[in-house]
Amino acid sequence: MSGELSYLIQLWVPLISYLCIVILIGYYSTRKVRKAGDRFIDEYYLGNRGLGGYVLAMTLVATYVSASSFLGGPGTAYSQGLGWVLLAMTQIPAAYITLGILGKRFAIVSRKVRAVTVIDVIKERYGNNTIVVLMTSVATVSFLIVAVIAQFVGGARLFQTITGLPYIVGLVLFGGIVLIYVTWGGFRAVVLTDTLQGTVMLIGTIIILIAAFMAGGGVSSVMQELYNTDPDLITPFGVDNFITVPWISSFWILVCIGILGLPQNAIRAMAYKNSKSMHRAIVIGTVVSGVLMLGLHLSGSVARVLISVPEGLTTDSIMPLLAMDLFPAWLVGIFLAAPLATIMSTVDSQLILMSSTIMRDLYISYVNPDLSSDKLKVLSMLTTAILGLIIIVAALNPPSLIIWINLYAFGGLEATFFWVLVLGLYWRRANAQGAIASMGVGIISFLLISELWPRPFGAHPIVLALILALIAFVIATYATSPPSDETIEKFWGA
Amino acid sequence: MKSRFGEDSRYKQTRKETISMIVLLIANIVWWFTFAYGFGSVDPEQYVYILGFPAWFFLSCIVSVFLFSILTWIIVSLVFKDMPLEETDGEEGEAS
Repeated sequence: MSGELSYLIQLWVPLISYLCIVILIGYYSTRKVRKAGDRFIDEYYLGNRGLGGYVLAMTLVATYVSASSFLGGPGTAYSQGLGWVLLAMTQIPAAYITLGILGKRFAIVSRKVRAVTVIDVIKERYGNNTIVVLMTSVATVSFLIVAVIAQFVGGARLFQTITGLPYIVGLVLFGGIVLIYVTWGGFRAVVLTDTLQGTVMLIGTIIILIAAFMAGGGVSSVMQELYNTDPDLITPFGVDNFITVPWISSFWILVCIGILGLPQNAIRAMAYKNSKSMHRAIVIGTVVSGVLMLGLHLSGSVARVLISVPEGLTTDSIMPLLAMDLFPAWLVGIFLAAPLATIMSTVDSQLILMSSTIMRDLYISYVNPDLSSDKLKVLSMLTTAILGLIIIVAALNPPSLIIWINLYAFGGLEATFFWVLVLGLYWRRANAQGAIASMGVGIISFLLISELWPRPFGAHPIVLALILALIAFVIATYATSPPSDETIEKFWGA
Repeated sequence: MKSRFGEDSRYKQTRKETISMIVLLIANIVWWFTFAYGFGSVDPEQYVYILGFPAWFFLSCIVSVFLFSILTWIIVSLVFKDMPLEETDGEEGEAS
């Protein structure tokens, strides 16, 4: 009994201290928010464009390394072997793509037009077109809200697996903490906690990978064991040719190039302090995402020779199980903070982004442009808090519609934003009609193809959807008049 | 089609940076593909091993993390240039 008690204490002490630090960061950021005065919106939704290199790199990586890379991904690598690690490697370029291609252009343009959100930039670029703003806003909120609910469910289940507490306690505790620091501290709290969480993930991943290989008796014997279990596990093709070449190649679009279209990534390309921090972030971000992707998924594959998944659990629990198998309790506590951190750092960015969309892009633009700064502050924080509460309530008993939409949240956002952002920044001729056509065709074709033809020409549906969206963009743009000189001058002029 | 107004002078540089990153991306994809399927497509019984890992995996997954981190660093130091992000003529004061 006392042995079990001390195990629990060792497990909980690091976990609780970690959560306390996260709340402290939220509190620190509140003070910045309070001092911001007239620049409240800039501070709360963009951290006053003050991100340095390391923080920018970590928040970018932590935002897109979601629960899937920590739980689902390694779980699949456990069952499919090294081929799934190869698939995960398509995410290495994420940092240099997002910052290198959107990067400076986006930062310069957003300062020119004094944009605070991604949709602000889009709105200015497409001549204040109401349909463009409404489509992007509705797509952002509806796709993100389900993505966040799904992640909350994941976080709460993980809490349940680790601590043995009931689901609802996990949800309220986990969701409550995220909600408190995001509501209080805004974007700054989000990026600072992301930095802490990214660092925890990085260290945790390196330790677990090394420990797993040591427990398996070295690289050669792990590979031999995998080969003996099933030779397919050490091929790039997965078990029974599950990972075909066209399908794995389309992940270069879905999780690499396409992430230029995720507003939660793009917003980070306008929040940094100066070009030096951005240069540093490209390099740090690439190293960190490479190590994380390789380490997490490879650990999942190695786990195959170390542990078997107990009855009643799925391969999603492979990382927590591996940690409990390899580490003493106190280290498990620290390590398990990592997947929680991953989920938190993804959810918090999405929460603050939805709040900014509702307040800044919809409410201030269309309902009430002349808010006093005090009112603005109260309303912004209230929006964040209410959104969070809705999400927690929905996560208590998630409706099946949410689970269905969540499958498409990632690709749906890419289908909405990708061409609108990329062509908006690099193609002068692009106009509002083209953007509307591209979004409409992109979203609808993505959903239809996913339902009716899951692997068109062997690829992921996003590939065909983006091609169709591009064609629609070009045709609609050339069929209508070019953007006004005023817009061009605003974006391209000296 | 040339414009009637002078283009923001910083864009020439950002275009160069964007192209360098696209080239890096293409190199990354080619490297990944060549080694994964060049060495990995034979029967697993005939796999060559490097440091205990199958050669295809070692080259396309492990080496690529290090190689492309270093290449990113080299390209960023060579091609990327510091520039002000604020409006060039603006008198926007830094709040901090």
